Amino acid sequence: MTTLSPAPVPVDRPVAASALPNRSPMRTAARAFFRSPAALSALAFLALLLFLAVAAPLVVPYDPAAQNLANRFSGPSAEHWLGTDEFGRDVLSRMMTAAQIALVAPLIAVGTAAVIGVPTALLAGLRRGAIDAVAGRLADAVMSLPALALAMAIIAILGPGLVNSMIAVGIAFAPSLFRVVRGAALATSRETFMESAESIGCTTRRMVWVHLLPNVAAPMLVQVTILMGVALLAEAGLSFIGLGVQPPDSSWGSMLADAYQNQFRDPFGAVAPGAALALTVLCFNVLGDTLRDVIAAGRRA
Amino acid sequence: MSTSKTAGAATATAVAPDVRPILSVRDLTIDYLGEPRQPALVQDVSFDVLPGRSVALIGESGCGKTITSLAVLGLLPARMRVAGGSIVLDGVDVLQASERTLRDLRGRTVGAIFQEPMSSLNPTMPVGDQIGEARWLHLGESRRAARAKAVELLDRVGIPNAARRARAYPHELSGGMQQRVMIASAIACEPAMLLADEPTTALDVTVQADILALLADLQRDLGLGILFVTHDLGVVAEFCADVVVMYAGHVVERAGTRALFAAPRHPYTAALLGAVPQAGQARTVLTTIPGRVPPSGAFPAGCRFRPRCAHAVATCAEPQHGGADGDHFTLCDRVAAGELTPRRRT
Repeated sequence: MTTLSPAPVPVDRPVAASALPNRSPMRTAARAFFRSPAALSALAFLALLLFLAVAAPLVVPYDPAAQNLANRFSGPSAEHWLGTDEFGRDVLSRMMTAAQIALVAPLIAVGTAAVIGVPTALLAGLRRGAIDAVAGRLADAVMSLPALALAMAIIAILGPGLVNSMIAVGIAFAPSLFRVVRGAALATSRETFMESAESIGCTTRRMVWVHLLPNVAAPMLVQVTILMGVALLAEAGLSFIGLGVQPPDSSWGSMLADAYQNQFRDPFGAVAPGAALALTVLCFNVLGDTLRDVIAAGRRA
Repeated sequence: MSTSKTAGAATATAVAPDVRPILSVRDLTIDYLGEPRQPALVQDVSFDVLPGRSVALIGESGCGKTITSLAVLGLLPARMRVAGGSIVLDGVDVLQASERTLRDLRGRTVGAIFQEPMSSLNPTMPVGDQIGEARWLHLGESRRAARAKAVELLDRVGIPNAARRARAYPHELSGGMQQRVMIASAIACEPAMLLADEPTTALDVTVQADILALLADLQRDLGLGILFVTHDLGVVAEFCADVVVMYAGHVVERAGTRALFAAPRHPYTAALLGAVPQAGQARTVLTTIPGRVPPSGAFPAGCRFRPRCAHAVATCAEPQHGGADGDHFTLCDRVAAGELTPRRRT
């Protein structure tokens, strides 16, 4: 039998009680993240893109819509760094303006996916039962269809245009976000702290948003970042076939479509939008991968 | 409901002559939903928890201790249901209460501590906020006031440098400190009762002793009734006034701790006690209980301990009713009839 020591002196002294700030798990991961050169370059590129998107009207060398039919397909030159297109418009200016769409479009799509997928997934993971069964089967059904084809069908209902097409893409993406978040929520909701949250009288809503969400944020963030890249590709694809951005606006996808139309007269046309697209998607993927790595490292530590 | 307001008066009831139990469980029966032919997981469990006293709910793993305690909180897993009996917590019938009423009880009238302190705390939230959460939820305190109270509570449970610790995250604390945080969180609203599910099992023996001393201290100061779920007989002997011994969902024996340790009145309890090393009795052989607790689907009819019991006879296969000698209840019909006196050493 154990014997009780007469004086209850706490022997569990603090391990490291120096002046170190209290570190949340999130902050530890963030620190590791900023030590990765690849992630930093990706972040820098996206920051540049964000700057161009915001400042485009001020910094573009030419009006992106100004036509000059006397100077079509000029090719790169000192005046037009990336040349001109079939209407003599400055490609660099158009690229910079399109950067707005390159950032806004994935945000709309992933935002839609998150609004549909995340609350459902959290509730399904926490309570299981009927909501889990219904939402899970629905997600399976949606995932069995090719995402782009599904998005096209939804656009057929909503009508073409940037916002509609991105909402459609978001609906098509919702199941993949749902699955990731639900899996994490399911694992987290089996932890004792969820039980103790309930045992101090938390409502379901409070359990979901205050206790569950921060604990599934890591895998969710990874999935969101990677979906951003995929959404950008989807936007480009839909704009390429004319279902996304409508003229006179242009996105990198619709610029690729224009370049494709004129590929024999101006083979250089596809390089700029193609490279921008590839680089941006690569950046999102690098960010996602790094996030996953630092989070996994945090788990091991 | 007005129940949440009465909790603070627990200390007063403790000194009143007619002590009303803070928790009263009667004939509680729990089974799996949709499987009526399976024997109940928990059958006819009855016990009371009085203010200022500790009741141990003891038994091997899989005996239904934790399920019973979850039922008290109204937090049974969805696939189980209460098939009969009653649970009255501070005058509220838990089994009939609405989800809202239950939420008001949890954390306000009854605080809970669980086995694994590390996983019982939300890793993404500073511990001070987790302690203050209950006050914020139940007493409508501002976050700021709750946070200040959390520092006070951390100090109360013996955490040095409480103001700084309140901003720490769980992984920055040791296991013993985490359990102190859990205790602080459980007593944040000055509940009348504490439900402690193996609170010391995951801790080192020295830390265990500290935690038990802290609990005893709090019990005295706050007049807490404690339901102590455990499988550690040493903890029971030290800490609890009454013992409820469970085996495979049955209460096999219920008595004051002293009486139970001195003269167990059920073969299972006797065998359990025989398996504990005794100080001052060197080189004695520890007995073991052959076999293991049957899984919930395979409980035998009658006495569920029968297949493992050294004293089993044919009549043991019939439903047991047992009997009480004063406050000392045994489920074993043979012991109740005086045919058998289980001894500590078999």
